[in-house]
Amino acid sequence: MSEIAEKVKAIIIDKLGVEASEVTPEASFTNDLGADSLDTVELIMDFEKEFNVSIPDDQAENIATVGQAISYLEEHAK
Amino acid sequence: MSLRRVVVTGLGAITPLGKTVAEYWDGLAAGLSGAAPITRFDASKFKTRFACEVKNYNPDDYFPTKEGRKMDLFTQFAVIASDEAIKDAGLLEGVNKDRVGVIWGSGIGGLKTFQEECFNFAKGDGTPRYNPFFIPKMIADSSSGNISIKNGFRGPNFVTTSACASSSDAIVAAYNYIRLGMADVAVTGGSEAAITEAGVGGFNSLKAMSERNDDAPSASRPYDKDRDGFVLGEGAGALILEEYEHAKARGAKIYAEIIGGGLSSDAYHITAPDPTGEGVVLVMQNALRDAGISPEDVDYINTHGTSTPLGDGAEIKAIQKVFGEHAYGLNISSTKSMTGHLLGGAGGIEAVASILAIQHGIVPPTINHVTDDPELDAKLNFTFNQAQKREVNVAMSNTFGFGGHNTSVVFRKLQD
Repeated sequence: MSEIAEKVKAIIIDKLGVEASEVTPEASFTNDLGADSLDTVELIMDFEKEFNVSIPDDQAENIATVGQAISYLEEHAK
Repeated sequence: MSLRRVVVTGLGAITPLGKTVAEYWDGLAAGLSGAAPITRFDASKFKTRFACEVKNYNPDDYFPTKEGRKMDLFTQFAVIASDEAIKDAGLLEGVNKDRVGVIWGSGIGGLKTFQEECFNFAKGDGTPRYNPFFIPKMIADSSSGNISIKNGFRGPNFVTTSACASSSDAIVAAYNYIRLGMADVAVTGGSEAAITEAGVGGFNSLKAMSERNDDAPSASRPYDKDRDGFVLGEGAGALILEEYEHAKARGAKIYAEIIGGGLSSDAYHITAPDPTGEGVVLVMQNALRDAGISPEDVDYINTHGTSTPLGDGAEIKAIQKVFGEHAYGLNISSTKSMTGHLLGGAGGIEAVASILAIQHGIVPPTINHVTDDPELDAKLNFTFNQAQKREVNVAMSNTFGFGGHNTSVVFRKLQD
C-alpha cells in the first residue's frame, strides 16, 4: 500500500472512530463507516491539510469511498 | 385555569467540588474550596491565574472519542449532568418522551470552540478553513439539542441566555411550561465552560475577577471585607422537573416542590449592579408572590453572592428590605465561596444545593470568612465557614446576570 493510502486510512480511523479492518477501498464513508454529511466535510478538510491540496467542492462530491479518496490524492497530492 | 403542581424528581451535577451529586454535596457540606491554579491553558501572563475547574476531567471517561469531539466542553458537562439526573429520576422507561422537554441555560455557549476556530483562521493566509462542526459546537443551544437527541425527548427544547441568571431562567421556564400543561417533564438546569484565554482575559479586563493568586482557595470570599471579585468556575447542574400527579403515578422519588419563580430587571447598567438594589428587591417579591408565601416562610437563601465588592452588598440590603425583621431569622449562604462562579451554570448547581439543603436539613456554608465587612449587618446569619444544621422547609435561590437580569426560584419540602 502506498504511503498516501496509509495516511488516508489513518485519518479515517481517527476521525470516524472505526476499526482498521473496516477501512477497505470499497467502504463508503456514509453507508459503511457511519459518517454523516458534516463528518464527510471534515474528512475532506483533513485530507486537504495533510496533503497540502485544495479539493474543489464539485470534486469533493465525487469522493465517497476510501478508494476514491486514495486515488484522488495519489493523483493530486503535492 | 388552574396551574399544575411541579416537583423535582432527579438531580445531576458535575462541579469543581466533584463529578456527581453525591461528591458535590459532600464538598459543600464539608466547606471545601474548588479553586486551584488554571490547568486548561497557560495563564502565566494573565492577571488571574486560578479558577474552579472540574478536576481530573477526561471526556473519554464519558463519551466515545468521535462523539466527544463534536461537543464543546459546556455541552459535554450538560450531557453528563443531565444523564445523572435522568437516571436518578428513572426517566428512560415508561415515560411518554413526546411530553419530555429540555430547557437548558448557558450564558455563553462554546467559547473554547469559537476561540480555537478564530485562532486557526488568524494563523492561516486568509483562506477560510472552518471546521463543519464549528457552528453546531459553538451555539448555546447545542446543549439542549444534544440532551434531547441522546434520550429521544421530543417536547419543548431551547436554551435561555441571560448571563449568570441563565440556568435559573431555564428552571423557571421549565416550571412554567409544565404548570401550563405544555409538557409533563423537563430536563433543566445549565452549564458553562469559560475557563479559556478569552474568558479569563475578558473578565479580567472587566475587573470583575479576584486576583488573589497567592491564595486561590480563599479567594472566593463573599461578604468578607477583603473580597476582591469572583472566581471563575465551570460545570453543570441538572434538575428533572415533573408534574406532581405524573410523578406520583409512576412512583417517582420526590426531592422537593418548586413553588415559585420571580424575574425582574435592574434597567440600570450593563455590568454594574444597581446600588439601590431595587431590581433585586423586586425579583424576590415577585418570587414570593408567585409562590403564594410570606417572607417569614423562607428558611434559607442561596444568594447570588459572587464575592464582588458592589454586588454582595446590594443583594444583602435588598434581602433586608424584602424580609424585614425575618432577615435575622434566615440562613444566608453563598456556595460560590466553594464552587466559584459558574456564570450561566450557577443557577443549576445552586438549585441542586438548595434542594439538597431541604433534603438533608443542612445549610452549606459561606467559606473563607475572615473579617467582617462594616457595611454589612453583622447580626445576619451568613452561615460563615461551617455548615449549619437546620430544618429547611423553604429555600430561595437567587441569581443575577450582566445585563441586569434577576431571577429567584423557590423550592419547598413536599406537602400533601
